[in-house]
Amino acid sequence: MENSILKVEHLNAFFGEAKILSDIILEIPENQIIALMGPSGCGKTTFLRSINRLHELTPGARTEGKIYLFEEDIYKMNLIVLRRKIGMVFQRPNPFPTMSIFENVISGYTLNGISLSKSQKEELVEDSLRKASLWKEVQDNLHKKGTFLSGGQQQRLCIARSLSMKPDIILFDEPTSSLDPISSNKIEELLLDLKKDYTIIIVTHNLQQAARTSDYTAFFYLGELIEFNKTQALFSNPAKRQTEDYISGRFG
Amino acid sequence: MDKAIKLRFYKDRIFKSGIILLTVLSTLPLLLILFYIVKQGITSINWDFFINLPKPVGEKGGGIINALIGSGIIVFCASLMAIPFGALAGLYLSEYNRDKLAYWVGLCVDVLQGIPSIVLGIIIYLWVVKPTGHFSALSGSIALAIMMLPPIIKSTEETLKLIPVTIKEASLALGVPYYKTILRIILPMGLNGILSGSILSISRVAGETAPLLFTAFGNPFINTNILKPMSSLPLLIYNYAGSAYEDWHKLAWGASFVLIMSILFLNLVTKILERRWRIQF
Amino acid sequence: MLFDQKNKTINNREDKKLHKVLLFEKIFQKSLGLTGIILIIILISIFITLTITSIPSIKHLGIKFLYGKAWNPVTDEYGALPFLIGTLLTSLLALIISSPFALSTAIFLGEYYPKGLVSNIFKNIIELLASIPSVVYGFWGIVILVPIVRNLETQLHVLPYGVGILTSSIILAIMIIPYSVSLSRQVISMVPPSLKEGAYSLGATRFEVIKKIIIPHTRSGLFASILLALGRALGETMAVTMLIGNSHYIPKNIFSPGNTMASVIANEFTEATGSVYLSVLIEMGLLLFVVTTLINISGRQIIKRYILH
Repeated sequence: MENSILKVEHLNAFFGEAKILSDIILEIPENQIIALMGPSGCGKTTFLRSINRLHELTPGARTEGKIYLFEEDIYKMNLIVLRRKIGMVFQRPNPFPTMSIFENVISGYTLNGISLSKSQKEELVEDSLRKASLWKEVQDNLHKKGTFLSGGQQQRLCIARSLSMKPDIILFDEPTSSLDPISSNKIEELLLDLKKDYTIIIVTHNLQQAARTSDYTAFFYLGELIEFNKTQALFSNPAKRQTEDYISGRFG
Repeated sequence: MDKAIKLRFYKDRIFKSGIILLTVLSTLPLLLILFYIVKQGITSINWDFFINLPKPVGEKGGGIINALIGSGIIVFCASLMAIPFGALAGLYLSEYNRDKLAYWVGLCVDVLQGIPSIVLGIIIYLWVVKPTGHFSALSGSIALAIMMLPPIIKSTEETLKLIPVTIKEASLALGVPYYKTILRIILPMGLNGILSGSILSISRVAGETAPLLFTAFGNPFINTNILKPMSSLPLLIYNYAGSAYEDWHKLAWGASFVLIMSILFLNLVTKILERRWRIQF
Repeated sequence: MLFDQKNKTINNREDKKLHKVLLFEKIFQKSLGLTGIILIIILISIFITLTITSIPSIKHLGIKFLYGKAWNPVTDEYGALPFLIGTLLTSLLALIISSPFALSTAIFLGEYYPKGLVSNIFKNIIELLASIPSVVYGFWGIVILVPIVRNLETQLHVLPYGVGILTSSIILAIMIIPYSVSLSRQVISMVPPSLKEGAYSLGATRFEVIKKIIIPHTRSGLFASILLALGRALGETMAVTMLIGNSHYIPKNIFSPGNTMASVIANEFTEATGSVYLSVLIEMGLLLFVVTTLINISGRQIIKRYILH
């Protein structure tokens, strides 16, 4: 197995009294695409949001257990530092509506008060947009509002926004669920490109998407991690009954 | 057709006509008021009206410069106090809307909104005028500021609540601190709501008289010192409307015209802000 | 590990800056909560201030304040009954006058024309009624309405004051229309279409749907809108002060001049010498505050329950 970038030990997550995740143990390898799948309400999104500690934002939400990023306990890390190292792309594209495309890409810097020279900015914007394969489509309209783009373009803008921070890991929360099939395809191709430089964790409810894009798959059910394996192995030869039921469409 | 059914259709028609008639009648007072104010007011308006003080009884002419300056200063100071505080309080209510404290604060805003303006006049008299020993424009501004708070708070809260949570999360996920997320992302997005709420509340208090009676008190001369008594348009209208002199009535009509036009203008600005500036999510 | 070291150097470099950020974070969150606490303090202080400054009056008059008929500052006699009656009479009369208009407008905007140009025009006109200053209503009333009422009084052979309970009630009725319309319009437009469609499919006319479905369904919401309008009317000051005639006696009929609690305060507060006199006026303010607050809270409670329902 490759170098592991993220180590999860006995993670439990709660909303008030309700337990959403119970005793998750998982090691996530570097520079791979890891798909988290399972029926809705299984805790896969909560797990994702625990990694960059967005889960704690909801009133009454808390977690127990440990997650290590490069062997550093993220619950002891500074939240701001942690979130700069772990980028996130959301279910619905959410570019900042008050900002232009250009400003959106470097918003992580401007909002954090990190000053960049003009050439640094331009370089960073172009580089991030190229990586998000959006550069060609928007290079002439960099100073237009991001909200004028199509849904798929907006989502790639959000990816560029995350990339610009040069994170170690990027979390994707069902990034294609609000997009049309063509845009979805583009995003999937993009994911495959990105894994050279980043570790990608993607939540999906789409079995084919998980099978197509990921190297590893984790199957969640009712707040538990049922199975974690190489995607090919998990789909062709599931070790657990629930996994088999799920991938053969018997529930979900 | 059956007679009974015919009767039911007649009833339906009569009812609808009645509704329309009463609705049209309800709009009549506004049109009449505007008509009279424009008719009477426009004849008293000229350049002298804006640059002169009111003249004593018997002398022709005179203006409302003291009230114009006073209204401007009093309302400006009130906005200075109410808008930043109201925006923050609205932000608090939208961010912590599940909090126990926020529930009570929300109730508090409702109650504040319902307090009769004359009671606020009494309160500021007791809090500011009595301890300082004299009437002042500042005390009037404080009274108006309290009146301005509820609408500003509510419109801020309503606008900010409409902003999708994921926008906030996107910023936090980039490692942006919470306060910067709020100040640089959320507040700019809600700016139109905050502005329109503020302008609407300015237009509401610009016409208030009751809270100024025992605070700003009025002043027949030009005064720009906010620690001294000051006139305002509504106070001037009140003082001159009750008099029996035709000249003073004319002055009051002119002042009403200026006041109403300013208020209508502010209302229009609010509407435009609400429509044009709506940011798309 | 290599990565570990990379992380640590970044951490050290940014540690100082982050400390500052975290401090701001705390200050910001605390100050947000503080605005809420200040609002609560303002409201409580208003109540406490009114209560404490009313004590001389309460001591001097006791319960007699509520039923005494005589108002004579020279002899320190203060009975607020004429003003209580004046306030109730003007407010209730205003409600009675405005209700048919307000309800019709609400049905017009909530049911017949909920959208479109006609709706927008009428909605804006009604909203504008709320932005006309009270003092302008009063002035307009003096110049236009008083002569009309005086004419009417001459024809009816009552003393032609012109000013009085009726005149102020009419102006009040106009002033509260926008408040009752805006709420009741929303309530009416919220009636679920399925309910109405059910009745239409049985062959009901629109009038029958309004009468048998919409009105019964929205009853509590309409009641709340009337309550909130009443709260407005009770505390309204300037227009009433200018039109009610300022008499210290119990009004004999709706044409008599009178006074409301608010108008007495407006007229006499700055002239109130003696400490009891001032305290009596403040007690009247306290009473106004408590009554309007109770009406407001119950109105809003009803609305909230209606919406949840």
